Amino acid sequence: MNLKPETLEKIDAVIPRYPQIRSAALPLLHLVQEDQGFISNEAVEWIAQKLGLQPINIYELVTFYPMFRQKPIGRRHIRVCRTLSCAIMGSYRTCAEFQRQLGAPLGGTSPDGEVTVEFVECLASCGTAPVVMIDDTLHEKVDAARARELSDLIRAQAKAPAQQR
Amino acid sequence: MPAPEQYRMIFRHIDEPGYTSDLACYLRNGGYEVLRKAVQRKPEELVDEVKKSGLRGRGGAGFPCGVKWTLLDRKSGKPIYLVANADESEPGTFKDRYIVYKDPHQLLEGIMITCFANKVERTFIYIRGEFPEGARILERAIAEARAAGFVGPNILGTGYGCEIYVHRGAGAYICGEETGLIESMEGKRPYPRIKPPYFPAVLGLYQCPTIVNNVETLCHVKHIAERGGEAYSKIGTPNNTGTRIYCVSGHVRRPGCYEFEVGKITMGQLLNEVCGGPLPGRSFKAVIPGGSSAKVLRFGERFKGKRKSGATMVDYDWGVEDIPMDFDSLAMIGSMGGSGGVIVMDDSVSMVEALGNINEFYAHESCGQCTPCREGSLWMKRITSRMVHGLARAEDGALLKSVADQIAGRTICAFGEACSWPTQSFIAKFGDEFKAYAAAKAQARPDGAAELI
Ligand SMILES: Cc1cc2nc3c(=O)[nH]c(=O)nc-3n(C[C@H](O)[C@H](O)[C@H](O)COP(=O)(O)O)c2cc1C
Ligand code: SF4
Ligand code: FES
Repeated sequence: MNLKPETLEKIDAVIPRYPQIRSAALPLLHLVQEDQGFISNEAVEWIAQKLGLQPINIYELVTFYPMFRQKPIGRRHIRVCRTLSCAIMGSYRTCAEFQRQLGAPLGGTSPDGEVTVEFVECLASCGTAPVVMIDDTLHEKVDAARARELSDLIRAQAKAPAQQR
Repeated sequence: MPAPEQYRMIFRHIDEPGYTSDLACYLRNGGYEVLRKAVQRKPEELVDEVKKSGLRGRGGAGFPCGVKWTLLDRKSGKPIYLVANADESEPGTFKDRYIVYKDPHQLLEGIMITCFANKVERTFIYIRGEFPEGARILERAIAEARAAGFVGPNILGTGYGCEIYVHRGAGAYICGEETGLIESMEGKRPYPRIKPPYFPAVLGLYQCPTIVNNVETLCHVKHIAERGGEAYSKIGTPNNTGTRIYCVSGHVRRPGCYEFEVGKITMGQLLNEVCGGPLPGRSFKAVIPGGSSAKVLRFGERFKGKRKSGATMVDYDWGVEDIPMDFDSLAMIGSMGGSGGVIVMDDSVSMVEALGNINEFYAHESCGQCTPCREGSLWMKRITSRMVHGLARAEDGALLKSVADQIAGRTICAFGEACSWPTQSFIAKFGDEFKAYAAAKAQARPDGAAELI
């Protein structure tokens, strides 16, 4: 495992917050996924060892919680809310527009590896439906037209040199 | 009758121009003054104030907060924990997001008063994984509060100490259920625990007595400590005290969060006046009053019976618009106030498709421990999905109902009820639409109708 020094620092800071070490499993999974982009088998074993647990204790979390993934995703992550309030305000159209614009299948990544598009359940912003999370940022009232604008922006950012991203 | 004015207590500063989430702004607005006074009092007095206030939990069940606190097993000698439930995952609910993102110190002050009152020395905020920015805002607020002596060892020089930590979930709805939340905090799959014996107040986090309270509930505690329980109990209506934040979403002109005294506003006033009524050219068809698990109401249906008014019983005969938005009235007419999430659907929506959307949610979110819930939620999803994308039969409504009827009451946690109530109520109130769906599907969809599953 080649974790960044900042990640290792954060890991060592978070463990003592808990009276029982196993509680640190979820925070460690988040930190490792932020560092590596996904949770590899190696990461499962590394976390288990760090916390004095069996790999299965970590693996069962990775397979249960929807936010953890076992494979890399695109550089940009688009999550469209699928649940009722967003759906009745048109989130299926929004999602289809992102897929069309960026060439990504639902629940998958565009062939150039740039963008992953998926449906998620209620993001707790139902009053500004339809809502979309792009990476860590929430976007509100994203109708098909707005989805086109955001797609243009994502494409422009992909072309820009890395330091401007 | 015109709608009353909003009573913005929890949301007082949210959306106020220039109001920011940092400590300096909170202090300029009188922040932490209530905590400062509270730590000079006896903890038991504060618990009493909350009992007197009549505050009911805002997370879903409406359980009296003061009663919950008195159920804590204080004799065990084990540490007592508090976990603030910021999982906010009930579809249609979006109030806790604004509190966390825009006024985090209000939450921290409520938490610290609750901790002091219950002698808690370590507390966690369980925040849903999809609020990454919210988690960072809370971390920053905690660091500020700690530096100023409101959190940490020796709070405000009293010798009392308490630590707060943020714990992030990872996208599972069931983590909102309090015992699932506790399992999740312990680093396990969030499988809800069976009650009895695992009442959090007795055997909670690490098998210690634990309070789980919703974010909004904990904010109310601050306002109760400020005004006194007696004064707070005068806000709202008897047994439904204080204010409530209604999160209105869907087909209204002005969706959003609106805070009113509990029970002083009706559904009709909320939707027609406050939220501006239906979209142009549309009319209301159905409303789910308390998060997607609450039973749906059909515009045009009537609710009749007897209810208590003061000491006497009076007759009531209400349409949906007449229902007062409080816990007891919504329970009386067969639904619930739940989490305060009001989801509005107009005449462009097919009820079969709306139920299909809801069923997909529950099938995705069942934790899978109990066979009736795991299999039943999946079957209900498959049936509604087949109706929409394949063959719809006239008897599908009855089939759906029979599946739903076999779940509730046979499961470990209330998710079993939560996933069967939508189906039961949609079939009870829109049964004809389910029968006629095959024919309706063959016709053109209403203009602007969105795809739902
Ligand atoms: C399936 C399910 C999901 C729940 N989700 C939430 C939630 O997201 N947020 C919340 O505060 N309470 C949720 N609850 C209610 C909690 O179990 C618990 O009753 C509540 O947090 C207690 O806080 P309160 O007394 O302050 O309302 C959920 C309950 C169930 C059965
Ligand atoms: S009712 Fe459903 S969600 Fe609750 S414990 Fe059983 S399977 Fe899990
Ligand atoms: S339904 Fe989309 S945010 Fe709640």
